[in-house]
Amino acid sequence: MFQELTEKFDAVIRTLKGYGKLSDKNIADSMREIRRVLLEADVNYLVAKNFIADVQQRAIGQEVLKSITPGQLVVKIIHDELKKLMGDKDSRLNFSNRIPGAIMLTGLQGSGKTTFAGKLALHLRKKGRNPLLVAADIYRPAAIEQLKVVGKSINIATYSEESQDPVTICKNAVQYARQNMKDTIILDTAGRLHIDDELMHELENIKAVVNPDEILFVADGMTGQDAVNTAKAFVERLDFTGIVLTKMDGDARGGAALSIRAVTHKPIKFLSVGEKLDQLEIFYPDRMASRILGMGDVVSFVEKAQESFDAEKAARLEQKIFHQDFTLADFLEQLQQIKKMGPLQDLLAMIPGMQNRAMKGIQVDDNALIRVEAIINSMTLKERRLPNVMNASRRKRVAQGSGTSVQDVNKVLNQFEMMRKMMKMMKKGGKMKLGIPGMPSGF
Amino acid sequence: MLSITAKLKNGLAKTKAGLLGNLNQIISKTRRIDENTLAELEEMLILSDLGADTAEQIIAQLREKCKLEAMLEPDEIIRVLKELLIKFLSSSPQARTDFSQYKPFVISIVGVNGTGKTTTIGKLAHKFSGQGHKVMLAAADTFRAAAIDQLGEWAARSGVDMIKPQIGADPASVAFDAVNAAIARNVDILLVDTAGRLHTKVNLMAELEKINRVLGRQLTNAPHETLLVMDATTGQNGLTQAKQFARAVKVSGIVLTKLDGTAKGGIVFSIFRELGIPVKYIGLGEKLDDLEEFDAGLFVEALLQ
Ligand SMILES: Nc1nc2c(ncn2[C@@H]2O[C@H](COP(=O)(O)OP(=O)(O)OP(=O)(O)O)[C@@H](O)[C@H]2O)c(=O)[nH]1
Ligand SMILES: Nc1nc2c(ncn2[C@@H]2O[C@H](COP(=O)(O)OP(=O)(O)O)[C@@H](O)[C@H]2O)c(=O)[nH]1
Ligand SMILES: [Mg+2]
Ligand SMILES: [Mg+2]
Repeated sequence: MFQELTEKFDAVIRTLKGYGKLSDKNIADSMREIRRVLLEADVNYLVAKNFIADVQQRAIGQEVLKSITPGQLVVKIIHDELKKLMGDKDSRLNFSNRIPGAIMLTGLQGSGKTTFAGKLALHLRKKGRNPLLVAADIYRPAAIEQLKVVGKSINIATYSEESQDPVTICKNAVQYARQNMKDTIILDTAGRLHIDDELMHELENIKAVVNPDEILFVADGMTGQDAVNTAKAFVERLDFTGIVLTKMDGDARGGAALSIRAVTHKPIKFLSVGEKLDQLEIFYPDRMASRILGMGDVVSFVEKAQESFDAEKAARLEQKIFHQDFTLADFLEQLQQIKKMGPLQDLLAMIPGMQNRAMKGIQVDDNALIRVEAIINSMTLKERRLPNVMNASRRKRVAQGSGTSVQDVNKVLNQFEMMRKMMKMMKKGGKMKLGIPGMPSGF
Repeated sequence: MLSITAKLKNGLAKTKAGLLGNLNQIISKTRRIDENTLAELEEMLILSDLGADTAEQIIAQLREKCKLEAMLEPDEIIRVLKELLIKFLSSSPQARTDFSQYKPFVISIVGVNGTGKTTTIGKLAHKFSGQGHKVMLAAADTFRAAAIDQLGEWAARSGVDMIKPQIGADPASVAFDAVNAAIARNVDILLVDTAGRLHTKVNLMAELEKINRVLGRQLTNAPHETLLVMDATTGQNGLTQAKQFARAVKVSGIVLTKLDGTAKGGIVFSIFRELGIPVKYIGLGEKLDDLEEFDAGLFVEALLQ
């Protein structure tokens, strides 16, 4: 499924790249595809709809049309908007000076609260705190025992009372923490449905007696459309302060992250990525955006390409191709631009689809680039402009000058010739695709 | 005790955004059925987690029907949509499982983490023993903290025996011991609880295969039923889950849990379409009798509320 989606997204990008200039209709078509990508990733329908409308607004603006690769820019805008929607400076935990500090964990049944409680305790201890786990789930069979086992496995104490209500347990835990030099309590509450009024009220009561520094909403990363309903209810009742997404070690695309963010505006603070207690990650909006879109790291690719791509030079090049006087000197310039973008293998890996399709089996060798560069550098200006003059003795000289073989020189010249032909065809087809010039393969 | 419809409706009435309101709105806004109506119905299906593809497919069918029957009456369209959805889920009516076919009849319960496997076993044990079967539980989740104690509590609640292994024991050997015990104690139905595992973990899926292999070596055709427990809140990843579990073990049915919330569990449509795996039971709460046999009609009714 992941593969299918990635391929679908490739198609979007390919269409976008194909357009020299984006018309409103082009954008609208692409947006429909992207909407689908978001829905497949479980972004809530209405959230996706609003999101697309925003992006469309931005994409139709000047910004896109002025750029050299409008299609790629649209993809980048989508990614940026996603990142913006999910990102937050405030993804760390905020503690007041009060002792003990308190973090309250809430969420639906089976979302991963108890496991996360253990992870958080471990994390906080590493940060120099002295946490205490508090067993506030008195409903689920063996829930208290579960938390104790979790605590014991990382050598962290658990506070529990067998026959008390959760509100009292939490209240007493605060006292206990003070007396036992614990500076942080982590409240593991029972999972509950957001429509269970009585149990939601229980959470409000716990909040009132403990006044926690942070209330975290722990949500399963595989959640579908319903994520907005639960998140909305929990935030309305508790005004929680942050979000934790669990089970992110699977292959779910995690669109719930976007949905929950969009309806609560609370920061995502952690990702839980496994059943073991050290499998905890802080949240990177960047990665999450790519994950939701199911595209490799296309955006950093676009960014890199754009950074190192000089618009003026590109325009000149476009002219040259148009007039068919693209020379080896231009080729060299192109190569140097590509080189600025980083190792080739990295670049290719960032393009969705590259890993599995067209480029499969093609060995990308950065040394080859250096070789080509050296060869062209050893040529005279005239030779670069008019490669036809390259007779056998000139080839031999260039090979010697560049420390390569005559075969290498031949290869470069042949490939250059092929490229020129391709450009001619492109010109005939009336479609001009600039940006990353067709990389000659296998040199 | 509430009936299933009452329970389903109860949950639904509690949501402000109950879809019935929307539906009536959609229908009453226009006196005629047009593409807008269809688009809004499609949106509703997507919001129920059917996924864009399946929703589109169903709406396409609906569009055809509208043309054929030249149907313009708004309330007609809901009836037709219901019929389409029901048909989509159950091309043929299911036969009741015949537990007397094998003795013991072994049911293995699998699924990703936290979906409600252990709870479902407690409910099934209650249901089956209420029907007069002698039931036994095997605690083959030896991994998760206190999982054995949790199942033990359900065994006590439903008044059935449980085979209690050592923590960290090999789950396949637990299953092996459980079958022997079940034979010795003349048990009718053996329910095997397995640890939650993500379908992407190759080693854990292999462990599941091993459990089933061991069961099959001891008893003909065991496990006789493998139920994949899925949380109704699960989104499109549910299809991938079902595919991967079905690849590792022969999944014979789905238990769709947590339908007492506001999630609709629409992913089961895609699962049935692509894999032909039917839903057998639904979970409606955390108590012993919060389990019902699946009824496509009621399910669709609740979906469209
Ligand atoms: N509301 C509701 N909660 C349920 C339902 N079924 C299970 N739960 C709750 O969901 C949580 C997880 O249930 P478990 O039965 O422990 O799930 P599991 O699949 O065995 O979990 P692991 O073994 O940890 O993977 C518990 O809090 C259950 O009480 C249901 O139908 N409705
Ligand atoms: N694969 C995976 N499983 C997890 C993760 N977090 C929790 N779990 C599992 O999900 C199930 C439910 O977790 P638990 O902490 O008991 O959830 P709670 O009911 O919210 O307290 C257990 O089987 C956990 O081992 C995670 O990040 N990845
Ligand atoms: Mg818990
Ligand atoms: Mg379990």
